[in-house]
Amino acid sequence: MSNVFMGMPTLPVFGMGNLHIEEPFPAAAHRELGNTQMRANLRHATHTIRDKRLKVVAELPDWEELRDAGSATKNHVMANLPALLEEFEKNFTARGGTIHWARDAHEANKIVADLIREQGTTEVVKVKSMATQEIGLNEYLEERGISAFETDLAELIVQLGHDKPSHILVPAIHKNRTEVRDIFLKEMPNVDPDLTDEPRKLAMAARAHLRRKFLSAKVAVSGANFALADSGTLAVVESEGNGRMCLTLPETLITVMGIEKLLPGKEDLEVFMQLLPRSSTGERMNPYTSLWTGVTEGDGPQNVHLILLDNGRTAALADKYGRTALNCIRCSACMNVCPVYERTGGHAYGSTYPGPIGAILSPLLTGIKSEENSSLPYASSLCGACYDACPVKINIPEILVHLRGEDVDSKRGAKKLPSQMDLMMKGASWAFSSGKHLALLEKGLPLGKLAAGRDKKIKALPGIAAGWTQSRDMLAPPTQSFRDWWKKDHTPVAPTHKQEN
Amino acid sequence: MSAKEEILARITSALHDAPVPAPIPREYRKGSDMPRAELIELLVDRLEDYKAHVDVVEQEELPATIAERLRDAASYVVPHGIDEAWLADAALANDGRRRIDAPGAVLSVTDLDETGAVLTSSAVSIAESGTIVLDGTPSQGRRAISLVPDHHVCVVPVSSIVRLLPEALPRMDISRPLTWISGPSATSDIELERVEGVHGPRRLDVIIVKGL
Amino acid sequence: MKIALFATCIVDAMYPQTARATVKILERLGHEVVFPSGQACCGQMHINSGYMDEALPVVTNHVEAFEAEAYDVAVAPSGSCVASVKHQHPVLAERCGDSALKARAEAVGAKTFELSQLLVDVLGVTDAAEQLGSHFPHKITYHPSCHGMRSLRLGDRQLDLLKSVGGIEVADLPEADQCCGFGGTFSMKNADVSSAMLEDKTNNVKSTGASLCSGGDASCLMHIGGGLSRTKSAATTLHFAEILASTLDEPVSVTGQVFVGKGGK
Repeated sequence: MSNVFMGMPTLPVFGMGNLHIEEPFPAAAHRELGNTQMRANLRHATHTIRDKRLKVVAELPDWEELRDAGSATKNHVMANLPALLEEFEKNFTARGGTIHWARDAHEANKIVADLIREQGTTEVVKVKSMATQEIGLNEYLEERGISAFETDLAELIVQLGHDKPSHILVPAIHKNRTEVRDIFLKEMPNVDPDLTDEPRKLAMAARAHLRRKFLSAKVAVSGANFALADSGTLAVVESEGNGRMCLTLPETLITVMGIEKLLPGKEDLEVFMQLLPRSSTGERMNPYTSLWTGVTEGDGPQNVHLILLDNGRTAALADKYGRTALNCIRCSACMNVCPVYERTGGHAYGSTYPGPIGAILSPLLTGIKSEENSSLPYASSLCGACYDACPVKINIPEILVHLRGEDVDSKRGAKKLPSQMDLMMKGASWAFSSGKHLALLEKGLPLGKLAAGRDKKIKALPGIAAGWTQSRDMLAPPTQSFRDWWKKDHTPVAPTHKQEN
Repeated sequence: MSAKEEILARITSALHDAPVPAPIPREYRKGSDMPRAELIELLVDRLEDYKAHVDVVEQEELPATIAERLRDAASYVVPHGIDEAWLADAALANDGRRRIDAPGAVLSVTDLDETGAVLTSSAVSIAESGTIVLDGTPSQGRRAISLVPDHHVCVVPVSSIVRLLPEALPRMDISRPLTWISGPSATSDIELERVEGVHGPRRLDVIIVKGL
Repeated sequence: MKIALFATCIVDAMYPQTARATVKILERLGHEVVFPSGQACCGQMHINSGYMDEALPVVTNHVEAFEAEAYDVAVAPSGSCVASVKHQHPVLAERCGDSALKARAEAVGAKTFELSQLLVDVLGVTDAAEQLGSHFPHKITYHPSCHGMRSLRLGDRQLDLLKSVGGIEVADLPEADQCCGFGGTFSMKNADVSSAMLEDKTNNVKSTGASLCSGGDASCLMHIGGGLSRTKSAATTLHFAEILASTLDEPVSVTGQVFVGKGGK
């Protein structure tokens, strides 16, 4: 497989849809941090999944080998994407499926809407899908008189609550049981008015509500977790059986999938189906996985479509330091371990993709210059917990830092006046690029004592450093730097516990 | 340019630095020599952890066990390719509860919704993760029959049990519609509390048969 | 052994007692310590803030400073600075298109160790009381900084060394592996989130009843100490090098002021 490229690379074409954030992350985070109920829910939820994940991962003696295989497989896929896509298309089509290609969200939405109209229906059932959320499919269909019913319990909660998902895997993670009950009582037709907030009762209410939809739906819309190039097979991983209902009962099945979801073949499933469930729900295996290859006579939908979506993925692929973000299998392990996500929740990230992976994926798909997406790569203390948890070893901290560089570079020369941060960094660059410069600066440090109170603590710093003193004191500088002490006062102490060299 | 041509051109342009990925290391466990008795024990442990009910029986006990598991069902469906001998127990004879789903004589979704239970065989099972694979062959039937009825009785021949997923995949025909089942339907969407039984069968009974 | 000390900018300017403790430990073991005078900073603040152009001279300076001196190994009392030297410098050089600098940075990085790495892996120190004479009769707790834990895989090296100090009592820190929220300019750019993380960390420190929280990174300790001070906690922070350097004859003082060590003249 070769990708011979002649000539100059073309400019990347960025994605559209629910990837662009309208409010800078720090402002959104400030608001979300004030929601104490949400923070309590999130803390409970993220800690619970975290512990479950650690337990089931520890059961596998070859976890690291699986991660290595998963990571290398994805790199292989990205490097050979054109050939693998062609191979997939050939096999899927040979089995009676139809492939559509969509350059962007709008094109994908239009293809789906047209396919639904062809079936003469105005109702579809949906399996939870990140891709359709990204392109804003539900809203697009609604504007055209087509109702899309989310069938995953959490997505249903979000949809009925006129809310937005806040987590990839558990979209209603920010709601507790009482809040869910209240949404059901208010929004679910024919619901038992005595419904309690017991999760089992709530799940059964959802079952009853959706049962008729499943049994009568003519069209279903899904995403896909994996696609196997060498057989044309698609896979959907789920828990509740709503996926099986959608993938099995309707006559028409429309699947929307990003082009990066391919795997070379069946053998790769043995890696990814060990990595994904353990990383996402902390289970040894999810309750249900469905695999289908085009159309099977007498079993399941006879009218099967797949829309292959770009929407900025090729732009992300063009970034050689950021492209491994496309290796993401949407397990959500990174958000469950992220100390920032745990406190702000998914809404603060403003995009379909929250958490650490969202902080890199969203700006890669939209370009760093899009609206407020440039604030996302800074939404991390770079603690690295996400990289450790990632089943395909995406070095999220390194990509965050790379994108910060892209952001700073994109603003160079564009501003009339340098920001305080620009000035601080320029000054520090001078001070830190020579021992002599730093020594000179250190001579002035004792002046810092003037800013300190009698207790030798500095309690308010100006400008951008004011954020520091909002919750922390700063120690007054010492009278002598180490460098100065070394030069003037250091005399080696006599060895007391001498070692052989 | 068509959308396909344009996307492929964008990808090719994006890869203009011609990245050469490292070979894929496959150092993970590919095989296992776990004795059969331990395989059964592991599978039972995993399935019970998912709140499935498990029987481990000898081949001659199978008909009686199936009859027992289906005792409470007002009606049940079987795929046309199910082994007739499995249904030989007197308690299942001519009681009018049985419905057969066959090509050319398929039950409607409404029929299935009104059917209490389903009995199927299975293709391969993975002990380590507690996963049973159905592949739509005549002893397992089309996907809808093991989905819509609320109670699934699934027969697992011991010879079809392996320890690891990498051992199971070569036994699967990937071109068939496959359903991997790991316990009954479940959700953890509300406060991460697991609730067994949402849209798929709420009750899963597994019968592991020695000698099969 | 001839050991080059990389003091790091924050320790050099703000926590000289930490570097002095590092020197003391190594000299007690009979090693020769040198201080490459051209050194300034590893540049991670610039890199992590996205100022790559400004980081380049800082990184170049570090590489030059540690090429200018002859030594066997270099050591720094900071996990994050060592992680930057080892991992970020080559990446930055590559990004700036300087493959020669990349190779030089990799060579310097390969010889650079975090203090507990050097003590345990290279110098074979596993019992501080026995091998260093360390004595510190206080109840402490310990925060493993993120870069030491995840980039350098230090494991329990620092903690085990602390536990082997004479007279010490080490209380487990709840949720020890959680970031304190410092993150360099993160604490300014996302001050609200950073403060929320810090609040949990300082509450966990207080819950142990320890008189101080130790660790291996001056920046994290400055952050945690600043939070403890602001919330009027009696607990403070102290770098593990200073605890290892403390002996019966020369005890380090931990009372009187925030972050105090046996600093000054």
